[in-house]
Amino acid sequence: MDRFEKRAMALALSLVLMFFGLVVYAAKGLQADLPTCLPYKREIQRGNFTEVGPKRYQVDAVAFMWSFDMGQGNTVTVPRGAVVDFYVTSRDVMHGYHIDKTLANLMAIPGAVTYARVKFDKAGEYQILCHEYCGLGHQNMVGRIIVE
Amino acid sequence: MQAQAIQLKGATRFIILSELIIPFILLILGVLLGLFQVLARAGILKTDGILGINYYQGLTLHGVINAIVFTTFFAVAFGNAIMLHQLQRPLKMGVQWASWLLMVGGTLMAAWAMLTGRATVLYTFYLPMVAHWTFYLGATLLLIGSILPYFLDWIPNTLAWRRENPNAKLPLAVLGNLVNFTLWFLIILPLATTVLFQMLPMSLGWLQETNVLVSRTLFWFFGHALVYFWLLPSYIMLYTMLPKLAGGKLYSDPAARLAFLLFLLFSIPVGLHHQYTEGGLSSGWKLWHAFLTFMVAMPSFITAFTVAASLEHAGRNNGAQGLFGWMSKLPYWSKEGDRWLFAYFISGLILFLFGGITGIVNASYNMNLVVHNTAWIVGHFHTTVGGLVTLSFLGMTLFLIAKLRGVEVKAKSLALAAPYLWMVGFVIFEIALSVAGLQGVPRRTNLGLSYLNPVMPDHYRPDWLFWSHVGALGGMVAVLGFIFFTVSLVGTLFAKPVKQPEIDFPIAEAIHDQPTPLVVNLRPWVTATLLLIAISYTYPLYESMTRGIIANAPGYRSEGNSLQPPQPPQEQTRLPE
Repeated sequence: MDRFEKRAMALALSLVLMFFGLVVYAAKGLQADLPTCLPYKREIQRGNFTEVGPKRYQVDAVAFMWSFDMGQGNTVTVPRGAVVDFYVTSRDVMHGYHIDKTLANLMAIPGAVTYARVKFDKAGEYQILCHEYCGLGHQNMVGRIIVE
Repeated sequence: MQAQAIQLKGATRFIILSELIIPFILLILGVLLGLFQVLARAGILKTDGILGINYYQGLTLHGVINAIVFTTFFAVAFGNAIMLHQLQRPLKMGVQWASWLLMVGGTLMAAWAMLTGRATVLYTFYLPMVAHWTFYLGATLLLIGSILPYFLDWIPNTLAWRRENPNAKLPLAVLGNLVNFTLWFLIILPLATTVLFQMLPMSLGWLQETNVLVSRTLFWFFGHALVYFWLLPSYIMLYTMLPKLAGGKLYSDPAARLAFLLFLLFSIPVGLHHQYTEGGLSSGWKLWHAFLTFMVAMPSFITAFTVAASLEHAGRNNGAQGLFGWMSKLPYWSKEGDRWLFAYFISGLILFLFGGITGIVNASYNMNLVVHNTAWIVGHFHTTVGGLVTLSFLGMTLFLIAKLRGVEVKAKSLALAAPYLWMVGFVIFEIALSVAGLQGVPRRTNLGLSYLNPVMPDHYRPDWLFWSHVGALGGMVAVLGFIFFTVSLVGTLFAKPVKQPEIDFPIAEAIHDQPTPLVVNLRPWVTATLLLIAISYTYPLYESMTRGIIANAPGYRSEGNSLQPPQPPQEQTRLPE
């Protein structure tokens, strides 16, 4: 291999290693991490919405063809500045659970639970979209979070 | 040593020609359904289907035909042609017929299931959606048929060639092709595991419930390396043919071999990057797969350098001056001989630039949370598999059909304009869908019925309208290019033969061609590949079978396009009193 080739490879390798370093920093330093395997078994049969502390909430969301059950139907209301823990699963086929304008972008898997925590700093309405194909009514499957 | 043109007749010619023409006929349907989808997704058409084909049924057909049937058939036909030409040894016709019958039979079975609404499960067919058994069996037969020539024809022929030429280096195109099908064989195994032990038994009613997460993990064990199975035939063309068509030589032969072998090593243990947003799998292992995904970018970086250096060499050969003068001395619009093919490769390369950059974003672990399952992803893979892969496959289909029929390519101006229109169309499409994806537009949704329909107040998102319309414009430009291509192809298919049918690839010589021991002995590479797969997949598979999953899921059958819930358990037949 000639020297230009070696230089190009070294440059490319440093570039991807730098990207990887930034990814690790964002995940561990800035806490923008991915959903992980819960350290305990938590089975969710139906939707639930609970206030667990001051401005702290927990949402158990069960996706089904074609809506979300979050305890009070497909909409939950929380105050501004609320920290919400979402536990998402599915009652039938695969679904998605993407809260618009947030990093909560989850798959709802039958038989498994996916977890994410979101802090809602801005008041407004957040659509929750199902973004995985789940049958002929897939395009209608939407939920809502209202931040007051 | 340059391989000579090889004369073809009878069954060998029929097999290769039909393996190119059959998937192309299906591809016409696939592309037209794609046109319908961009119009529906822009809210221009507000309908649940067209000509009796439901939107999601059409989406299934679009994905299966374009990304699985067309690519697999082409990879086999191209592999056959490469081995035949480079090794100068006849194909084994018994094997070829068996492979042909399995692939065509399997495709017809799966096509029946999809066209009758019994397999409206999209091309990822995630459990617990369950398609008709003919869909799974058809797909299995297609894959088995596609791997037969590798084991029973190409490997024996390569070994025989080795015995006859003990001191010669294996031709680069042969190495690329063998690496590609070794990869293909390794990833068919996990897919076959979930299809044969989970999907097919559920479809036949032998199994009532199954573990969805383990099926997904096995599917993506297959699913990401699949994209390299599409890509490697294109890379073979870029390394061995593009430099010659441009008027120069391949910059470095060892670098090309290294790139192919790095693909073998890194392209399989990266599947968890499709499962970043799933619970039930530890984020630490997702990070490890992210790291390996960055590593699999390396062979593409090497390719970018080698291809650019080869093109610069060609441009200077053609009389270019200055630092960037070579860019203007390339045959972008040349009707001379086989040089029209250059347009397909260069357009594909430009699209692949977008595909590579968006792909690194997708791979970037937490950044994936912004784009996962949004329109961004659709933009990404229409510049990779829909870009470089499709353009080089279409160009090579036209090239091989002309050679195998002994005719000149007809309507060459249209054939030359086609890849550029396709490229411009998909650059527009990619930019539009990237922006739309960042705005939150979902990936697999009939937007015209909901989010882009003003009569749906809970859904309506007027802020999504503009970029969705731009995306539709891009799709229409690309389809115009495809129509130009089809006209040229049909003309070539029915033109009067003027020469003997033959296969003759424009294979480039290499500038740097020194022997490099690292890339000659393949055994350590295969061993390292198996080891890396074992390290990367043992724990995630264990986790998806035990810790990650709480309950098995019953299946939902696709009938008349809709998903039928499982039957309630039958009451036990009463015992006679």
